Amino acid sequence: MTNEKKMSTPAAPIPERMSGNEAVAFAIRQVNPDVMPAFPITPSTEIPQMVSSYIANGLMDTEFIPVESEHSAMSAAVGAESAGARSMTATSSAGLALMWEELLLAASNRLPIVLTLVNRTLSGPININCDHTDSMGARDTGWIQIYAENNQEVYDNYIQAYRIAEHRDVRLPVMICQDGFITSHGVQNISLLPDQPVKDFVGTYAPEEYLLNPGKPVAVGPYAVTDYVMEARKAQREAMENAKQVILDVADEFAALSGRQYGLFEEYRTADADYVMLIIGSAAGTAKEAVDELRGQGKKVGVLKLRVFRPFPEKEIAEALANCRAVAIMDRSENYSGQAGALGSEVTAGLYRQHSDILAVNYIYGLGGRDFTTEDAAAVFEELREGVEEGRPVGQYRYVGLRG
Amino acid sequence: MKTIEIRWHGRGGQGAKTAALLLADVAFKFGMQVQGFPEYGPERSGAPITAYNRISDREIRVHSNIYYPDYVAVVDETLVGSVDVTAGLREDGALIINTVKTPEEAAALFPDYHGRVVALNARKISEEALGRNFPNSPMLAAVVAVSGLIPKDDFLREMRSSYQHKFAKKPEVIEGNMKALEMAYDAIGGQAR
Repeated sequence: MTNEKKMSTPAAPIPERMSGNEAVAFAIRQVNPDVMPAFPITPSTEIPQMVSSYIANGLMDTEFIPVESEHSAMSAAVGAESAGARSMTATSSAGLALMWEELLLAASNRLPIVLTLVNRTLSGPININCDHTDSMGARDTGWIQIYAENNQEVYDNYIQAYRIAEHRDVRLPVMICQDGFITSHGVQNISLLPDQPVKDFVGTYAPEEYLLNPGKPVAVGPYAVTDYVMEARKAQREAMENAKQVILDVADEFAALSGRQYGLFEEYRTADADYVMLIIGSAAGTAKEAVDELRGQGKKVGVLKLRVFRPFPEKEIAEALANCRAVAIMDRSENYSGQAGALGSEVTAGLYRQHSDILAVNYIYGLGGRDFTTEDAAAVFEELREGVEEGRPVGQYRYVGLRG
Repeated sequence: MKTIEIRWHGRGGQGAKTAALLLADVAFKFGMQVQGFPEYGPERSGAPITAYNRISDREIRVHSNIYYPDYVAVVDETLVGSVDVTAGLREDGALIINTVKTPEEAAALFPDYHGRVVALNARKISEEALGRNFPNSPMLAAVVAVSGLIPKDDFLREMRSSYQHKFAKKPEVIEGNMKALEMAYDAIGGQAR
C-alpha cells in the first residue's frame, strides 16, 4: 500500500519557469499513472496534449485513451481504476459538467482517481475564462477538492493527490484545481523536484480489491437495495472526514521532501488582523500583495487562503477567524441561492456553529475572468472597516468589480 | 530591483504573446522572478491582443492584468487610435512602437503622454534580417534595450540558446532572428537616454 508513513529526505530543487498546465503535465510524467483517458477542452487542452507528447517521445508509458467525450473520459477512468490501474484525467468547465454522473460513480465506488481541473466558467454567456462555477457545481459529488494559488502549488498538489486518494482511510477521488488561463497559461518561476524522489513519494499503486484480480473476485457498482444505500453513503462521508487528517499528514511528508508546507488553508498575516479576506486560488496572491500594501499603512488586515474545500474545514476556519472583527468571504461563482455563494454559505454556517458573531460579508468576484486587482482587494477591506468602525451598513451579499 | 511591468499590444498572429513569453524566459535565465501571460479571449488572427510581463527580484504574487505599466510595446502601429495603448503608462517609463515614423513623429501620436516614446522600424529590420515580417523579435530586443533589463551581450547569448530550443525543428531561422535582435538593440542605442 502507498499509505504507510515514509521518511522523505529533502530533494535538490530544480529552478524552472513554466505555465501551470506545463507544471501539471510535468508532474504527470513524473508520476506516470497507468491510464489517462481524456478529451480536450479549453483551457485544460494542453495537459493531455503535453502528456501525449511525453508518451510519444518515450518519456512515460501511461496508456492514453483519446475518448470521444468527457462522459467517456470519466467512464474510462472509472473502469480502469476499478480494474486496479492508477487513473487520471484532465478537464475544464463543460467537460466537468458532462462527467457529472460519473463523478458520483467514481466517489461512491471509492475509486481514487485524480482529476486535474483547470477552472473555467460555464455557459452562458459562453466564455472561456476563469471562475469556479465548474468545481463549485461539483462540490457535492463526493470528490476531495484542492485548489492552487499558482503553478508551484498545482504542481505540488498533484504530487500529493495520489497519496491522499489511495490512502486506506480515504479511497476517494481527488480534484486538483487551478485557475484557467491565469495560472494555467501564465509562465512563472517554479521549483521542480527530481523524478525519482517524486516517484518514491507517490509510491506504486497496490489496491487491495480490484477487478483484474482472479484470486479475489469482487463486484464493482452492483445494485444496492434500500437496506444498503444509506450505510454506503455514511461510509463515504466518514472517508471524507478522514481525508482531512490524511491531507495534513501527506502535506507534512511533502514538506520534508520539498521544503514547502501546506495545510487545509494558509493564514497570511492573520494573527493580529482585524479584517480578513477568505479567498481561493490565484486571487489569493493578489490579495496578499494588497495586504502588504495596507499593512504598510498601518491597517491590520490578512488573508485566509482556502486550499482544501472538500472536506470542508468548517471548524478550523471558524477558529482561525475567532479573533478578527470582520471577514470578507470571496466566491468566484454565483450559485443563485439569492443569499450567498458556495463558500459564503458554508463559512457563515461554520461561524454560527462556533457561536461567532463577527461581520461576515460575502462577495462575488472574478466571474468569467473578470480581473481582480489589489485595488479591488483594498476596497473590500475598506468596506469591512467602515462596516465595523463607522457602523455603515455593508450588506451580506455583494458583487465586487461589477461595471456600471 | 523594483518590479518592472510591461504591457504588449499586438494583433493575433504577430507574436506579441511569444515575445512576452520569450522575455520571461530570458529574464528567468538571469535569475529574475518572472511572469509572462497573455489576455485570453476568442483568438482571431489580426484581432487586437494584449500580453504582459512582470519581472522582479522577489516572488511575484499578483495575478491581475497590468494597469500601470512601466513600459508599453506596440507591435502594430495600426492599433493606435482604436486601443488606448498609453493607458496608465508611467511617465518615467517608455512607449516603444513599431513604426516607420521618426521618434518625434511617433511621439506626436500621443500628445497626452509625456514620457519617452521610442520608435523602431521592426518591420524593416525583420524583413532585412529574416526576409519576412515577424516584428516580435526586434520589439523584444527593443524592450530589453530600453528598459536596461539585460546587457546586450548577455541578452544575445541567452536568446541564442532560447531560439535553439524554440526552433529546434527549423534551425534555419535562428541566425535571422539573432540578426534581427542585434539590429534592433543597436537601433535603440541611438535613442537611449
